[in-house]
Order: sequence, then C-alpha cells, then structure tokens
Amino acid sequence: MVETAQRLEAEIQVPDAAGHFGIFGGKFVSETLMPALEELDEAWRHYLKDPDFLAELDRDLAHFVGRPSPLYLAENLTRQMGGARIVFKREDLNHTGAHKINNTVGQGLLARAMGKKRVIAETGAGQHGVASATVAARLGMDCVVYMGAEDVRRQSVNVFRMKLLGAEVVSVEAGSRTLKDALNEAMRDWVTNVDDTFYILGTVAGPHPYPAMVRDFNAVVGREARAQMLAEYGRLPDALVACVGGGSNAIGLFHPFVSDREVAMYGVEAAGRGLAGMDHAASLCAGRVGVLHGSRTYLLDDDAGQIRDTHSVSAGLDYPGVGPEHAWLKDTGRAHYVGIDDQAAMRAFHALTRSEGIMPALETAHAVAYGMQLAAERPRDEIVLINLSGRGDKDINTVAEIEGIEF
Amino acid sequence: MNRIDQRFRALADSGRTALIPYITAGHPSPEASVAILHAAVAAGADLLELGMPFSDVMADGPVIQNACARALDQGMNLDRVLEMVAEFRQRDCDTPIVLMGYTNPIERRGVARFAQEAAQAGVDALLIVDCPADEADELRAELAGRGLHQVFLVAPTTTDRRLARTARLAGGFVYYVSIKGVTGAATLDLASLDPAVKRIRQATELPVAVGFGIREPEQAAAVARCADGVVIGSALVDRLDACDSPEQAAEITREYLGAVRSAMDAVAASEERVVSA
Repeated sequence: MVETAQRLEAEIQVPDAAGHFGIFGGKFVSETLMPALEELDEAWRHYLKDPDFLAELDRDLAHFVGRPSPLYLAENLTRQMGGARIVFKREDLNHTGAHKINNTVGQGLLARAMGKKRVIAETGAGQHGVASATVAARLGMDCVVYMGAEDVRRQSVNVFRMKLLGAEVVSVEAGSRTLKDALNEAMRDWVTNVDDTFYILGTVAGPHPYPAMVRDFNAVVGREARAQMLAEYGRLPDALVACVGGGSNAIGLFHPFVSDREVAMYGVEAAGRGLAGMDHAASLCAGRVGVLHGSRTYLLDDDAGQIRDTHSVSAGLDYPGVGPEHAWLKDTGRAHYVGIDDQAAMRAFHALTRSEGIMPALETAHAVAYGMQLAAERPRDEIVLINLSGRGDKDINTVAEIEGIEF
Repeated sequence: MNRIDQRFRALADSGRTALIPYITAGHPSPEASVAILHAAVAAGADLLELGMPFSDVMADGPVIQNACARALDQGMNLDRVLEMVAEFRQRDCDTPIVLMGYTNPIERRGVARFAQEAAQAGVDALLIVDCPADEADELRAELAGRGLHQVFLVAPTTTDRRLARTARLAGGFVYYVSIKGVTGAATLDLASLDPAVKRIRQATELPVAVGFGIREPEQAAAVARCADGVVIGSALVDRLDACDSPEQAAEITREYLGAVRSAMDAVAASEERVVSA
C-alpha cells in the first residue's frame, strides 16, 4: 500500500502543476469549469496519498474487477508469425470486458469521497459507459451516459447493458454523432450541474487533471505487466503495443515502462480507409497541434481550424484528438505511433479469434494487427507485449454487418 | 484609446447601461451579418459581439450550436469574419466590436497573425471562451501589442483567488456569466446577481457586463440596474434563425433589440427620478 503510494507519486513527474506535458495539455475550458477542475485536482492529489482510499481501491481492483489480469503467451499466433513471442496482457478478462473499469472504479471512489451524488460519462464504443454505469450501480449514484447517435446504433448491445445497470443513455445528434460530440455534450452537462455532478471522463484526453488522473488509474495495467514479465519471463519485453483512440489503455501500459529505455513503445491508431485520405482517426500519425476538449494536443482539423469528422470501423478509436501525454511521448521520441486500417484490423480480429480462441474488441484488433506485424519482423528471442484492452462480444453485430451476415 | 474604453466612459457619463448583442457571424446567412450589426446599432446597441463559428462549441447551448453549424455549412471562416468587420467599419467607426470564439481556429491561423489582422479590420477585443486567464499569456501579449483587449469570463463558481488573477489580466470589461450552464440555457437568478456583481467590482475597476440566460426585455432591464452592460445572445440568434433575407434579419434585430433598449432606458429614467427626488 505504501509502495503503491510511492509508485503512484514517482510516476507523477509529468505533467507540471498546471497540467502541461511540455507544450501539450493544460486547461482550455470555460471559466465556469475551472474551479471544478481545481477542486478535482486537489481531491485527486489528496486521495492519491490517502492509505484508506488506496486500500479500498486495491480491494475493489482485486475483488470487483478481478485483478491482476494474467499475461498470456499466444503460442499459436507466435508460431504463425514465425518471429518474436507474442504475449498478451489480458485486460479483456476484467469485469465488464475492458481496461475501462480500472479508471471508473477509481473515479467512482473519488466521486463518493468528494460527496457527489450524480456521475456523468461520455462513451464511444460503450465500454466506458458500461464501466461507469457499473460503478454507479454499485455505489448507488445516478448515472447519465452521453453517446453519439451513430455509436448508439453500432453498439446497441452496450446501450442495453447500460440501461440494465440503471443508467440513462442520452443519444447525441450533434456534429458527427460520435465520441467527440458525446464529450462536448458531457461537458455541457457538467458545466450546468457542476455542484453535485462528477464527470467520469473515460480517456486520457480533456483538461487537466483528467489526462494525468486517468493515466494513474490505468497505470495498474503497466505496473502489473512489468512485475509479471520479470516474474514469469525473467526480463522486460522488447516492445509494447497498444491501440490509441484517446489513449487510456496505451498510457496505462506505457507509463510504468517510460524509464525502461530498452523497451520500445508502439501506439496504434485507426487508419480507417487509409492515412492518405480523410477517412481515418489517426491524429498522431496524420494530425497537427491544436486545442480540443480542454487540452493542447495533436488533432485532426481542416485549414480553418474546424475539427474534422473521423472514421474508424471501431467506435472507440473514432476520435479526432488524443491524450496530451501521447503527444508529448511522440515529440520526445519515447513512443512511436503507427496506423492500422479497417481491413487489417478485421483480419487480426479473425486471426486471434481462430488461432487462440480469444475474440478481441475491434479497437484492440488494431493493436493485435500491428503486434503481429512487429512480431514477424523481430527475432524469436524477443518478446512483443500487446495490451489486449477489451473483448469483442460487443462488436459481433458490427462484424456481421461488415461481412454481410444476417442472423 | 480602445473604442471599448471610450464607449464605457461615455456611457458612464450619460448614466446609460450598455446593450451588447451577440450574433454568430454568417448566421442566418453570410449576406445578413453586416446588415444585422448596423441594425443592432440603430436599435441602440452600444457594443457588438460577433461569434466566430467553430465545429465544437463546448460551452454553447443548442441555439448557438445550430447557428455555428449553419454558418459553417455556408462557408464561414475567419477570413470572412474579418471581412465583415472591415465592411462594417466603412460605415461605423465608433461602435466597439468584440470577436467571440474558441482557441483552435485562431491557433491554426497563428495567434500573432490573427491579432494583427483583427486589429487591421477594426476589432477591439477578443473573448475566447476556452482560453481562461491560466492559458492566455501568448494571446494576451499579442493583442496588447496591438491595442486590443482580451475580455475574460467570470462565473458564479469563480473563487476569489481566480477572480483576482482574472481581473489583473482582463481588458475592456469583465463578462459575468450569470448562470451555471451553457449559453441560452436556464433563466438567470436575479437575486444572486447583485452580490455577484458587487464582488467583481471589488476586484476590478473595469465595467461589468452580464450575459447568459437573458431573454426578455424585462430581464435586461432588471440586469441593467446593477450591471454596466447587458449581453443578449441566444434570444436574438434564435429569432434570426427563422429569417430568410438580410432585410428581414435586420428588421427582426431592430424590433427585438429596440424593445430591450426601451425597457433598459425606462429603468434608467425611473432611477434618475428617484435620485432627483
């Protein structure tokens, strides 16, 4: 517990007190929210050092989420690729089926500690919405989830799950009707109900302290993976691979390895129908620096500075911005960012399902696709560790639709 | 001297409260905007707020979201916003113009370049909704170098510490967001307004304008009792949304703002009577 506190503190070197990662991050929101962000920042820093809070968090992560999640050596897939060993960090085995619950359990406990009775969340694929609704149900809080109308359509199973958990799901018709519009609407709710409402932001984007706080709650993934690698393989992996939409599962895995310079890091963005065109969501690979949703980061916009519509087969990656810490890791050269298109992600979805009996989420399938390529290129004595950030049950309707299958 | 400072000094001398209408540039059509601005002045507007449309107006309610989307669909961009200001200035050299918008389009253009172009077009201040005092150093420096003010928002949630800091950096006037919420949302709470404005006055000598949630002429009149300026945004934009022609938009603007102006002036007149009695 004390060790947990020390580690958490050690990892908090970036951002600075105002939330800047180099030139990135910050707090670009209207004045009404600034005091709420300051209050949240203060609470987060306080409870991060509170032994009782950390003990309860650890207990929930163990008994409610099911941590630690195992490492899994994918022997069949490794054999097929003929190169480095492929190891998965099995976040798909968590309660509710993805890494998102690590963050919502943490923010839920923080909301309760701060005396908030109502939580709101934005969601793309629906995983964060489900994880928020789950925590709200357990803590007895009201929960409203904002979701783009397009995502409501393509993630109907998760919409139903949220409703079963007692959450109200608001379908957002504005803009491109996806994750960015859901985030706008959640911010509007928060600014209106700021006194009694806690905004559980689902990724490492948004204004400070969210990028740092969501990272800290997800960093349990990387801390575990690092210890498991040392215990089970006697060494660190040669490369980490994780998909990046806003970037929470990737930062959760990367962060505890940042000082391990020998470990390469690859963030995999959604290249959609190809990076050469406009139909993708790869803000780090193909975007430029701007300001969106409260922080300075890489984003996709047109020459007039208007935010562009994005495309990805996976709702969870379909976002025109990215967390500011990823922007910083890119510019400092510590992490590399690559794109995987819809088709390659679909192929990886099937490859993993058939070879290992593990059906990944379509978001995760982007990381799997790149990890397979990387493993094929690397020698057999190396290890590629892929964050298997979520399971694919929620995506079977999308897969069927793409492949023209009717039930 | 900046037009805003001149205007508020003149208003103070005549005991009049500023009427500050907001419209979204290019809404309901790019052709209508300059006509609406002139009509607003004719109806008694003292300062003008011109919204620069953005795709992701996080702090705005449905009315201004819709106005921005319609303007962008009709090809509105910063070039055309600045052209509108320059065109307006051909016939009106005195009425201050505040451009209101979000950070990203300005950063995309380049902060220094935009400050230069805005000054040249005849803009007097910028109010960037998602640029609080904490993030404003670069923009504020570029604006100040060209004689432009940066206007900042103060909210009901603003702490005394934040208020002091914001007041130090603010220029032109302080814009008090009278409600917790987005533009055009709930109706303002008049009872809490008076102490809130008094608190701001303790932190700054700048005039205090109040906006968000003012719809009816009577509300504007009530706000005018304690504030130096009354901002009318969504209520005007909503009325303009149904207009088909620049002429009709100008007519609606004259009619609505005229009614607001009369209500505000009636308050001033009655208070004068009280004072002289």
